[in-house]
Amino acid sequence: MKQTIAEKILSKKNIERKEVKAGDIILGKPDVILINDASGPLTFIQFKNIGAKKIADPQSVVVVLDHFSPPPSLSAAETFKETRKFVQEYDIPNFFEIGKGGIEHTLLPERGFIRPGSLIIGGDSHTCTYGAFNAFGTGLGSTDIAVALALGYTWFLVPESQRFKFEGKRMPFVSGKDLILKVIKDIGVDGATYQSIEFAGSGLLQFNIDEYMALCNMAVEAGAKTGIVEGNDNIAKWTVSKIGYLPELVKADEGAEYVNSIEYNLSEIDEPLVAKPHSPGNVVSIPEVEGIHVDQVYIGNCANGTLTDLRQAAFVLKGRNVAKGTRLIVVPATQQIYKQAIKKGLIEIFLEAGASISTPTCGACFGGHMGLLSDGEVAITTTNRNFRGRMGSAKAEIYLANAFVAAASAVTGYITNPKKIVNWEEAKKFVYGDQNVN
Amino acid sequence: MLIEGNIHIMGDNVDTDVIIPGRYLSLTDPKEIAKHIFEGVEPEFVKRVKPGDIIVAGRNFGSGSSREHAVIGLKALGISAIVAKSFARIFYRNAINVGLPIFISPQLVEFLEQMEIRGVGSFIKSTDLTIRIYAESGEIEFLDRKFKSTALPKFIQDIIASGGIIEWARKRLGK
Repeated sequence: MKQTIAEKILSKKNIERKEVKAGDIILGKPDVILINDASGPLTFIQFKNIGAKKIADPQSVVVVLDHFSPPPSLSAAETFKETRKFVQEYDIPNFFEIGKGGIEHTLLPERGFIRPGSLIIGGDSHTCTYGAFNAFGTGLGSTDIAVALALGYTWFLVPESQRFKFEGKRMPFVSGKDLILKVIKDIGVDGATYQSIEFAGSGLLQFNIDEYMALCNMAVEAGAKTGIVEGNDNIAKWTVSKIGYLPELVKADEGAEYVNSIEYNLSEIDEPLVAKPHSPGNVVSIPEVEGIHVDQVYIGNCANGTLTDLRQAAFVLKGRNVAKGTRLIVVPATQQIYKQAIKKGLIEIFLEAGASISTPTCGACFGGHMGLLSDGEVAITTTNRNFRGRMGSAKAEIYLANAFVAAASAVTGYITNPKKIVNWEEAKKFVYGDQNVN
Repeated sequence: MLIEGNIHIMGDNVDTDVIIPGRYLSLTDPKEIAKHIFEGVEPEFVKRVKPGDIIVAGRNFGSGSSREHAVIGLKALGISAIVAKSFARIFYRNAINVGLPIFISPQLVEFLEQMEIRGVGSFIKSTDLTIRIYAESGEIEFLDRKFKSTALPKFIQDIIASGGIIEWARKRLGK
């Protein structure tokens, strides 16, 4: 049988060990079950309702305090306490306290929990981010997570797949974020509902692993169950550096069946893209929105507070100031990234420019805390959702873009094409060093 | 089972952030969550809803965040069912898991769209119109017309028949 990447991974994770195809419903055992402070407390209630005495496989469970970290309210403090209690009661070894971890989807690969071919379920829709590492990550609600905790497995509908191939030369200031915005623009916000999206092509070798995270992170914004980068040399190098050996990379079979297959020439994505309010599918090329005033710029989220994003932003902000009438919030995704950003002088650049640096947190990206927007305010952010009210007031407006664009907009105070203030050749050197990015 | 109630009509791509804003995700009490349903886009909605009311929506209802708070809050508010052209994946699973009946019926929604029904509200149009849903057959009655809805996959019907996912898990645990 010719199989897609999703079919291959789910065949291996099927507890009956049988080959599966799109449309099958299987019982699968996840390698990792992710819990956070936002969806966790409802999971704990349901876990008790099931009546399980213990977690089937505690080693597979990772608990991260990140959404309301550190708690801005009594109710959040309460959920943190509940989460710690659950971790203790059920002997969960992998627990990340405030100050010890960071944002879940950047943290788990950083700490070696993710590898090619893994199946990861998480009580968070952006669990699809792990596709960056050639793994099958998918978000579930709190009750589904409780079931998987109790049984060690749960049910999966094997998804149909779409395949997006990237070839050709990467263009200036176009990042992983732009590739996924392009896909969502083309297929729509429900263009891949309940499906898997595969990303392939030699063009992707010009982007780094952090950028693959941005690419896969927003697969759910097209309704997808998961988004997976096909195994390639970048993923192989990352895997070896992270876990010390190389498991088999997952690649689709020639002749596997797809409901949709598109090939992009990267030279046609020639400018950064921006998603306008109030939908991640409302995507235009940057010239269409240049000049719009922004009150707030937010650089961070579960796939865009990486060292690559911070370098992109720092290159633009170096020796410049955040414009009067605009504020900039920078959120390194994890403690380790924060530390590296200090070592490499990036944090100093942000401080000199007049940015507010936040502790790693999901913060204002999901409208929790740490920089909510008021009525009528406009923001440009590197986050993944610009729904009405996503970052506070339902009367605020959110534009989504990559970190080069966000930082350039912070400098001028309006949406700005980075090529107007910085040079791409110099940017490449600063951000990517020796990696061949085009 | 017959589900009957007044309908509240909304458009495409209603996401879980507008259903329950992120700042309330630290709540776990269904009654507390219910107070904030659609707070940002339609603050009067919670006052307009009566127990048993039904939501009718366009494509991709419940898109975005995995927050189960959305389903829990709608249910606690008294919403008895949701009929939509389509549902986002995680919301669909959550609704089944929490026991909020959902029905996929593009025919009914398109028919209502063509009627250009008036109602109270902007983002959500609340009406005095009633629909009747026969849950087992999935048939929906509106005025003198009948509409079909898509049957749930057999596996999911079995989970519901066995008393829901919690019961399903409990039985498997005992094996």
